Amino acid sequence: MLGSGILKGLGVTAKNFVGSYHDPARMVTQEYPDTPAKLPEAYRNFPFLVTENATDPMGTLRCVACQICEKECPPQCIYIEKSKDKKPDATGKPQLYPAVFAIDTAVCMSCQLCVEVCPFDAIKMDHVFEVAATNRFEGLLLNREQLAKPNEYFHQIRPTEAAEVDGRLTAERKAAEEKAKAAAAAKAAAPKLPSPVAKPQDELRCSPTGEGGQPKPAEGGTTP
Amino acid sequence: MSVVATDSFLERAPLVFRDWIVGHFPVALQWLVHHLLSITAILTVFGLFFAFTTIAERKLLARVQNRLGPNRSGLPWFRSLKLWGLTQPFADAIKAITKEDIVPAVADKVLHFLAPVVIVAFSLLGFAVLPFGRHLIPVELDAAILYFFAAGTATELAIFMAGWGSRNKYSLLAAMRALAQLISYELPLILSVVPVILVTGTLSTGKIVLDQGFWTWGFLPHWHVFTPWGFAGFLIFLVAALAESNRSPFDLPEAESELIAGHLTEYSGFKYALFFMAEYFGLTALSGLGITVFLGGWQAPCAFLEFIPSWLWFMGKLAGMIVFFIWIRGTLLRLRIDQLTRLSWQFLVPLALLNLGNAAFWSLTSGWTGPLAFARWGISVAIVIVPFLLLGRRLTAGYAPRTYRYAA
Repeated sequence: MLGSGILKGLGVTAKNFVGSYHDPARMVTQEYPDTPAKLPEAYRNFPFLVTENATDPMGTLRCVACQICEKECPPQCIYIEKSKDKKPDATGKPQLYPAVFAIDTAVCMSCQLCVEVCPFDAIKMDHVFEVAATNRFEGLLLNREQLAKPNEYFHQIRPTEAAEVDGRLTAERKAAEEKAKAAAAAKAAAPKLPSPVAKPQDELRCSPTGEGGQPKPAEGGTTP
Repeated sequence: MSVVATDSFLERAPLVFRDWIVGHFPVALQWLVHHLLSITAILTVFGLFFAFTTIAERKLLARVQNRLGPNRSGLPWFRSLKLWGLTQPFADAIKAITKEDIVPAVADKVLHFLAPVVIVAFSLLGFAVLPFGRHLIPVELDAAILYFFAAGTATELAIFMAGWGSRNKYSLLAAMRALAQLISYELPLILSVVPVILVTGTLSTGKIVLDQGFWTWGFLPHWHVFTPWGFAGFLIFLVAALAESNRSPFDLPEAESELIAGHLTEYSGFKYALFFMAEYFGLTALSGLGITVFLGGWQAPCAFLEFIPSWLWFMGKLAGMIVFFIWIRGTLLRLRIDQLTRLSWQFLVPLALLNLGNAAFWSLTSGWTGPLAFARWGISVAIVIVPFLLLGRRLTAGYAPRTYRYAA
């Protein structure tokens, strides 16, 4: 009948109108300045440096100043100076650390390539978006103190990825410890047949974690 | 205006207040003060009504689309007080007033200035004859309906003034298109009201309302909309009123998503706001007429609800009509110009003419009682429904039901 479509349409809009008052799933509006914006986990904007310990951020940076990200960065917004000395990292292994680590956020295009190439899980993408500055030169050039954020923060913004990274890191740590133990045992029983050592993929990955009870020259030398 | 002593105080309160003010003036000036007060009251009440219609429209449309709508404007010095954004219309008014008023160099300055003034003035004239309450009618005219339509039609002149005065091809073409629409719908609009005049035998709005004033068994009101011809007339009136006031789905003259702004292309700032205001005044006045003619005016729907002042009933019905129009706007899509004129000339006008015959039949058979009363209702309902179905089927042949090949 002519007009039945209009009545049906009026029904649909009425349902939407009533539903908008009692069905929170319908209302997707976030009242952003009043309530903090809910970002999807995969949202990414500008990298930050992960530190193991919030109380001593500069001492526990995961970054070992390998400069892969600096070389890989398409707009070349990362600037790193290696330290002259070695500092024990969070696990006690002596490593280089970045004396200077700066990212020019005016240049950074949030492409995430630095995160993809980092073998140490030391640089991750952030969730910040309120990044206005009063000075477009110094204000947008972030140094390592500004970039360093604790691992707990990483867990907050990306729980899935952070759990995966942490799980992998602890597994690698454990594997490295076992391997070191096995190596020590093998050394002790040198004349005997060589005992089976850890799996080859562990061998590949043990060094980046900076793990191992006693640094072995053969393995320590393979670090990039 | 005589005051009936049996009425409650609330019923008479506006009149008492007016007479109290008028009493302060010398007798020679009292007639002038009397009318100036009526004008002030209309401007204040319907100015505010317009303001809150705009915010209600934005809120309701937002809710229909599962949004929140404007909710941020508060008060100037109380930043924490948001008031659900209810002060938005005043912020809008300040914005409109402070905006730059641009007049094209080659425009006809006089007409360009006059058009928004004239359109607001004419759209306000209609309010003069609407009975807002039992005793609240600004001007009691015997030919009130005639006057209402004459004043309402004059706004078409202002639209053409706007299009012509802008000296802009687009404005002129849009104004002509707007005129085509308005003149097309003038006919069904008036034809839908004529049956009421035929049955009540009067052109006076006050008497038309009084005619709808009784109840069957105390709760069935004798409003015209509850008769077959009145119901059909009311529906035709609704469609025609939507088109006359340029409301969606008939908002072609100023289709903001398709055209620049139609005949308002060269208008900015407060002049634009005046056109906007006139559109809402026109809608409100037409809704008021629809209420007066079909929905029992200020009459309460049930006898026991009569203790509520009649002007509150009128304003409540008015708000209901406006909400209904907003609901329609949130639902329907804009018509094409050929669909629009075809709807009027091929569908509404024939149905309105038939409805006139229906009303004639109704008033001729007013003496039928008993089983004949049922026959009267049956014949009248048949005169409404059969042509509607036949005409609707003929006009939509080949169009409906539509099949969507690619949509889910």
